Amino acid sequence: MSEHEYIPKSKVGKWFNDRLPLLTLANHLTDYPTPKNLNYWWTFGGILTFCLITQIVTGLVLAMHYIAHADMAFESVEHIMRDVNYGWLIRYIHANGASMFFLAVYIHIFRSLFYGSYKSPREIIWIIGIIIYLLMMAAAFLGYVLPWGQMSFWGATVITNLFSAIPLVGEGIVTWLWGGYSVDNPTLTRFFTLHYLIPFLILGLVVLHIWALHVPGNNNPIGIDIKKPSKDTVPFHPYIVIKDGFALLMFMIVFAFFVFYTPNILGHADNYIEANPLVTPAHIVPEWYLLPFYAILRSVPDKLLGVIAMLSAIFILAALPWLDTSKIRSAVFRPLFRQFYWILVADVLILGYVGAMPAEGLYLLIARIATAYYFIHFLVILPVLGFKERTIPVPLSITEPILGGSPNLATAKNKDSLINQ
Amino acid sequence: MAEKKTKRRDFLFTATYAVGAVGVGAVVWPMIDQMNPDASVKALASTEVDVSSLNRGKTITVLWRGKPVFIRRRTQEEIAEAKSVKMEELKHPEKDEDRAKDPEWLVMLGVCTHLGCVPLDQKGDYNGWFCPCHGSHYDTSGRIRKGPAPTNMEIPEYKFVDANTIKIG
Repeated sequence: MSEHEYIPKSKVGKWFNDRLPLLTLANHLTDYPTPKNLNYWWTFGGILTFCLITQIVTGLVLAMHYIAHADMAFESVEHIMRDVNYGWLIRYIHANGASMFFLAVYIHIFRSLFYGSYKSPREIIWIIGIIIYLLMMAAAFLGYVLPWGQMSFWGATVITNLFSAIPLVGEGIVTWLWGGYSVDNPTLTRFFTLHYLIPFLILGLVVLHIWALHVPGNNNPIGIDIKKPSKDTVPFHPYIVIKDGFALLMFMIVFAFFVFYTPNILGHADNYIEANPLVTPAHIVPEWYLLPFYAILRSVPDKLLGVIAMLSAIFILAALPWLDTSKIRSAVFRPLFRQFYWILVADVLILGYVGAMPAEGLYLLIARIATAYYFIHFLVILPVLGFKERTIPVPLSITEPILGGSPNLATAKNKDSLINQ
Repeated sequence: MAEKKTKRRDFLFTATYAVGAVGVGAVVWPMIDQMNPDASVKALASTEVDVSSLNRGKTITVLWRGKPVFIRRRTQEEIAEAKSVKMEELKHPEKDEDRAKDPEWLVMLGVCTHLGCVPLDQKGDYNGWFCPCHGSHYDTSGRIRKGPAPTNMEIPEYKFVDANTIKIG
């Protein structure tokens, strides 16, 4: 882990560090050599850490007032909103915090897609990230059920029923998940337990995510391997800490805007109606961050195949390091990939839009085309593009275009092979 | 060379793993099974419904095992429409006679077989039910005709305990 031996200055520090090298770890984190060309898209890792901590702290406080029982859950949430001191603030931070978390994670993921951060040697970081993303979706879904409103209840019904698509054992699994013959009190209590558990699983995976990151080091906007430490790097503290901190402040302005000015705009009014198992709301929609996958689910007319398509859309990301055959990481040097990248971004936004619309007529047609394109992008375009694309020559180092020369011999040696692609 | 010894070891390893697996299974199963419906949930298995006030062409919805059950007293036109459908046209072929023993009374789980929403009465292209969630259309016999749902709406076990009372479950 340590590039150089660290010895604490104080005697006590040395005594402690010899027994538990926490100070060595802290030194590794502060001195950690970071590419000096990291742009603001790289600040979302820190922002996401902030989001996770915010959710854990506000969630912990909400759990002190919330009652996980089908007869009392809805009222206890209203009790939090009206009676508990600052309950409205804490709940609005937690509810909008989920949306902010997803906003940040989508930017973080699309940053990786653009700059090829998922490619060798960073596949494990990427896959851990996908697992975190899956857990985030699970946590968000479970949390959305807890207020026991109409959307909570029917969202839970629809999502748990996805498992009934599994042949033979599907119905048994759904009954097992529910702990009954429909979504009811046993479902609520277990959802609350799991909702409480998952953030801590995420926290553990975040540690692995950062650990795996610190083995090869950060990717960077030009996507080349850099020598560490060198003229191409700056220490994490204070350079990146300040940059991350500034970006976090900007992000918190957006966050605060939602919390204080439009706290319910990202939610659904039907969730302020208490759960009623006899009436399904006329128009069930998941939270905005799940809409693209919901659109994929609905675009397939067959139940089982629809579920498979939706899950594949997520799991295909885990295979991305092997589907993208190009050796060049950054889209900066891949003119064709860059265009397909923006088409994919548009495609996902379109899926999100049609996911919020009724599944009929033109919307359904658009959803089907966009779903097909999503899979074509990953299964056809990316593998072929790696062989066909004429890429732009990659610089030898971050400083080369400005100062000439390179502190990085390995890239210099590789340069010819990269240009000849 | 050490073939005999290796065999003895292999046996011990296999036996240990086998006993270990049984032990783990014995501990894990209660942890899994505790999530299945408990005794108090299972105890609510049947419901009796008074249908004396239900007129022709009307539906009532009752809760059975936490799920809605539609009880519809069908009109002659609806019965005729349900009976006239050819089996080849159906995604999940079932005769109307098999679904409604007394053709006037259709008793079925009001749960869309796609993802579990409650379909709306007297809506959709087949004058039966329409699920607002993902657009499944059901006919006057509750059979799936169009949309993503794979099967017809389920018929629960029920019987008339007297002329005015249906017992579901």
